[in-house]
Amino acid sequence: MPKFESRIDTQGRAAKENRETSLARIAEWRALERRSLDAAQAAEKRFRERGQLMPHERVALLLDTGSPWLQLSTLAGYAQEVDDPRKSIPGGGSITGIGIVSGVRCLVSATNSAIAAGARQPMGLEKQLRAMDIALEQKLPFVHLVESAGANLLTYQVEHFIHGGGLYNRLAKLSAAGNPLITIVHGASTAGGAYMPGMSDYVVMVRNRSRAFLAGPALLKAATGEEADEETIGGAEMHATVSGLAEYLAEDDRDAIGLARELMGVLEWDRSVESFGGEPPAYPAEELLDFVPLEARRSYDVREVLARIVDGSVIADFKPLYGPATVCAHARVAGRAVGLIGNNGPLDPAGANKATHFIQVCCQSGTPLVFLHNTTGYIVGVDSERAGMIKHGSKMIQAVANANVARIALHIGASVGAGNYGMCGRGFNPDFAFTWPNAKTTVMGGEQAALTMEFVARGAARRRGAALDEAMLAEQRSRILESFERQADAFYTSGLLLDDGVIDPRDTRAVLAMALDLCASARRRSLRPIQFGVARP
Amino acid sequence: MRFETLLIANRGEIALRVMRSARRLGLRCVAVYSEADRDAPHVRAADAAVCIGPASAAESYLSIERILDACRRTAAQAVHPGYGFLSENPHFARACGEAGIVFVGPPVEPIIAMANKSAAKRRMQAAGVACIPGYSGKDQSDARLADEAQRIGYPLMIKAADGGGGRGMRRVERRDEFAAALASARTESEQAFGSREVLLERSLEGARHVEVQVMADAHGHVVHLGERDCSVQRRHQKVIEESPSPAVDARLRARLGELAVTAARAVGYVGAGTVECLLDSSGESYFMEMNTRLQVEHPVTELATGFDLVELQLRIAQGEALPFAQDDVELRGHAIEARLYAEDPAQQFLPQTGTLERWRAAQGVRVDAGVEQGTRVTPYYDPMLAKIIAHGATRDEARTRLVAALRETCALGVVTNRDFLIACLTHPEFVAGKASTGFVAAHRAALLAPAPLESDFLRAALVCYACGPRAVRGARPPVGALTQTIELECDGVRGSVRIRREGATLSVYSENGEPLPAAIRDGDLEIGGVSIAVDHAWTDGLLWLQAGGAVRRFSDVTLAARARASAGDPLLRSPLAGRVAAVLARPGETVKKGQSVVVIESMKMENHVAAGVNGIVTEVLVRVGMQVAPGARLAVIDPEPAEQA
Repeated sequence: MPKFESRIDTQGRAAKENRETSLARIAEWRALERRSLDAAQAAEKRFRERGQLMPHERVALLLDTGSPWLQLSTLAGYAQEVDDPRKSIPGGGSITGIGIVSGVRCLVSATNSAIAAGARQPMGLEKQLRAMDIALEQKLPFVHLVESAGANLLTYQVEHFIHGGGLYNRLAKLSAAGNPLITIVHGASTAGGAYMPGMSDYVVMVRNRSRAFLAGPALLKAATGEEADEETIGGAEMHATVSGLAEYLAEDDRDAIGLARELMGVLEWDRSVESFGGEPPAYPAEELLDFVPLEARRSYDVREVLARIVDGSVIADFKPLYGPATVCAHARVAGRAVGLIGNNGPLDPAGANKATHFIQVCCQSGTPLVFLHNTTGYIVGVDSERAGMIKHGSKMIQAVANANVARIALHIGASVGAGNYGMCGRGFNPDFAFTWPNAKTTVMGGEQAALTMEFVARGAARRRGAALDEAMLAEQRSRILESFERQADAFYTSGLLLDDGVIDPRDTRAVLAMALDLCASARRRSLRPIQFGVARP
Repeated sequence: MRFETLLIANRGEIALRVMRSARRLGLRCVAVYSEADRDAPHVRAADAAVCIGPASAAESYLSIERILDACRRTAAQAVHPGYGFLSENPHFARACGEAGIVFVGPPVEPIIAMANKSAAKRRMQAAGVACIPGYSGKDQSDARLADEAQRIGYPLMIKAADGGGGRGMRRVERRDEFAAALASARTESEQAFGSREVLLERSLEGARHVEVQVMADAHGHVVHLGERDCSVQRRHQKVIEESPSPAVDARLRARLGELAVTAARAVGYVGAGTVECLLDSSGESYFMEMNTRLQVEHPVTELATGFDLVELQLRIAQGEALPFAQDDVELRGHAIEARLYAEDPAQQFLPQTGTLERWRAAQGVRVDAGVEQGTRVTPYYDPMLAKIIAHGATRDEARTRLVAALRETCALGVVTNRDFLIACLTHPEFVAGKASTGFVAAHRAALLAPAPLESDFLRAALVCYACGPRAVRGARPPVGALTQTIELECDGVRGSVRIRREGATLSVYSENGEPLPAAIRDGDLEIGGVSIAVDHAWTDGLLWLQAGGAVRRFSDVTLAARARASAGDPLLRSPLAGRVAAVLARPGETVKKGQSVVVIESMKMENHVAAGVNGIVTEVLVRVGMQVAPGARLAVIDPEPAEQA
């Protein structure tokens, strides 16, 4: 199969300009991610005095040295908790990702207790639920590093309380499905949080630091008048020796992490390593920044992207002459076969047919699918409607929804309208969804939305014979533009957990390789389900 | 007298060494081995091998009966005893003769004559050979020995008359130490050699140990092959030997040679032997003893003279005459040998055991090794691993070559004296050729390893990160960014290094965040842009690293508890329901980890509850006769500070 011949000019002025904008956008994203680290710094002194490790240090020490670390939903809650996005601290109050612990790939989630004492942040619940869903779907052990003062009663919302039950529901399901749950209680884990260790298969507690009780001294006194200190009600030593909630008593955070690692090391688990192989692409990933535009309107050949992701830049283009605006191709990523679907224009009847066909052949051969979103949607117009765009589009969406192979969505540009559905948007539960900083997701362009609303208003005014308030129209137009623009932004959508995280375009190959490997391992692995999950005596 | 099959009644490097020459002469080689040596290199190298008993040398390599039995079973017509074991045992030499087997060594008579140091000295004095002033009489009463000691003066040496190898030997500084030293020398001698007889000698300060190699055939020819200087010793055992001696000129060489030949002739010597002398600071030489066997350090003579001593031994044993005369012997250039031992110089050179996880011999020099990668160093035998011998046109050339060879030598998994040897060879006093037998004692501190450097920690951390027990296995996609700290301990010193991985790129920082010029590329370590070879091995979670010139052991303490010793619980709890049968420690008492503190009787069984840490008992919470529940607190121990990190 031939190597793809790139036609990109990587030396010209346009490339240089594009590169600068792309880098600026990446820097903007990294700065958002860094906010939670910076905010945590204020708590560092307090942590050190208590002999504790910072939450990010706990994660780093838990993981094998040199482990890949696919952090998830780093922008969770971005621009949700405060009105001014410049003051937003994204992350949802936890550090979550997939990494390797004692040779076992695990879903790791740590409360970011250095921020607001570990109280849950906006979208933090959704982030946790998503992490547990990934563990369930990808059959991963779940390692939970807990330390939380509990919910902030000043910002109580009844729906969070009710939906929060989903956490415990999932813990029970994970355990029953055969995914080991290991929890280290680094500090407080009280009230509802107490069920975090309670519903784990293995619990490590830290002497003089762990606290787990349904009611602490204050609530206890308020409720029953009984007076007792925290250590007596729910200290690590009590739980290790009396209540039996803790299996392992650690001397400090390091010791606790060491115990969790040792435990993971002795668990019966398939530790086989599928090496990250395959010939690297012939074109450097760095060049993606030279031509992938921030403005979705500028078109380029999506095969140029594929050539910078797949092994040896070798692409087997499927039906290249039929429905050419939709690109389907077989290739390999890190040695693993994949079917890639990308857009070189809107989805048209031929393209939708082609994609449907391609999805079906990939299902036939068990080839995972990767959807590279860069589409303004299904084409509109008299001709296409007459050609049956709706039924061809529906057929494609049916194929996407019911495909029984691993599906990974990459938002590399625009994802507009039903195009988002046809390209396996979040609503279709892809195994993983990642977003480039330049991506935009919206039901339609802001411009089109504003114009549509303007036509509607003008039409209504004409029918009523009333004069049109042009100022009001202009104001409406700018409001719609602003709303669409703001909500289409990759960081905003990522903040709402509409993906699993933003990634640097240059890391796409590595991330894709890891995601494909995760999906393949999950499909290969047979767990040992038990009926009701592991319960403590 | 001719033989075709030779049994080598020894193990390790000397067994291999003997086989090398024997093979060249067309002989078939038979090895013997104890059960502990089943997989040893010398067993595989031989044409046939016979197991002669359990690990204990007394029941294997020292068993005359079993070795002769092995000869019978393999039709061996001759035995080479090597050194040590039965090499100077007259009973063995005699038993060989009686069994019609050629003993490759001197006849029984000279062995007996030289076996007892006191008798040998008396005989040498009679032959007019100068001996170290002292007492070697038969009266071994405490009173007589004390009187003689007083006459000789202090400091003096007490030596086991039937001893060797430094055992049963004591240096006494002052009169009031004499009685105790005498008692301990006698005890050691009795245990090692079955004899309590000692001799006393003046301790010659600043003297050098110089010995002369002699070679005699059965036709009355006796020659000497020049001297070896073996002054660098620890525990009265040689570690570095050289030929010629920097303290001996041609005139002295002739005189010493004459002394040695006289000594050999006096006892009717045949074969290879060594006359050991002390050379005092004024150049006077004294006879010390004669070793009636091949010496460990014979290779320096071989490299300096060009003769193969084992070949000569085998030829002489087959009745051949010496193929050269004294005038043909010429010392060419200089040879130095260093003995690599499994021993810890920092712990009074205590022998060490373990598995040689990594072994690489130096190239371009002579290496007589009895080990290979994976060899287990057991406590049963001499802990010498190998001899490294360098030759050069000048002493300095040989010395430089030997130092380089030692640096190149890699022995990890067992503590060795490699770094100590390098320190000796590069010490100005040795460089100047001025080392006397007091050299090691005088420069002890300087010869021991210095504190680990920051760069040692850096190397160790990179190795830990890339391939330690906590390192990720296999080629993984380099996803995400992760900063991981590795904290290590070496010789009680702690150091930490931070490694940040961003994608596939690694950056290395010191503890306080300064960038360090290090990298790992395709598994190779680079420091300051220079790719460095780092030999390493892991044993029980311990990283052995040959970093730069030194071998160091690091333990990864990254996940070690800082709060308290994670090794043990300071609180003692009852493991079960029962009655307190005994309380074995009182508050204030110091207890060791593992020491029983409380005994709980339950179901007619006694359960000892032991201290989980070293420390002081601060509280005992139970009394004898009390019933306790499972998990009940029994006692509290305050851990000793050393266990607190």
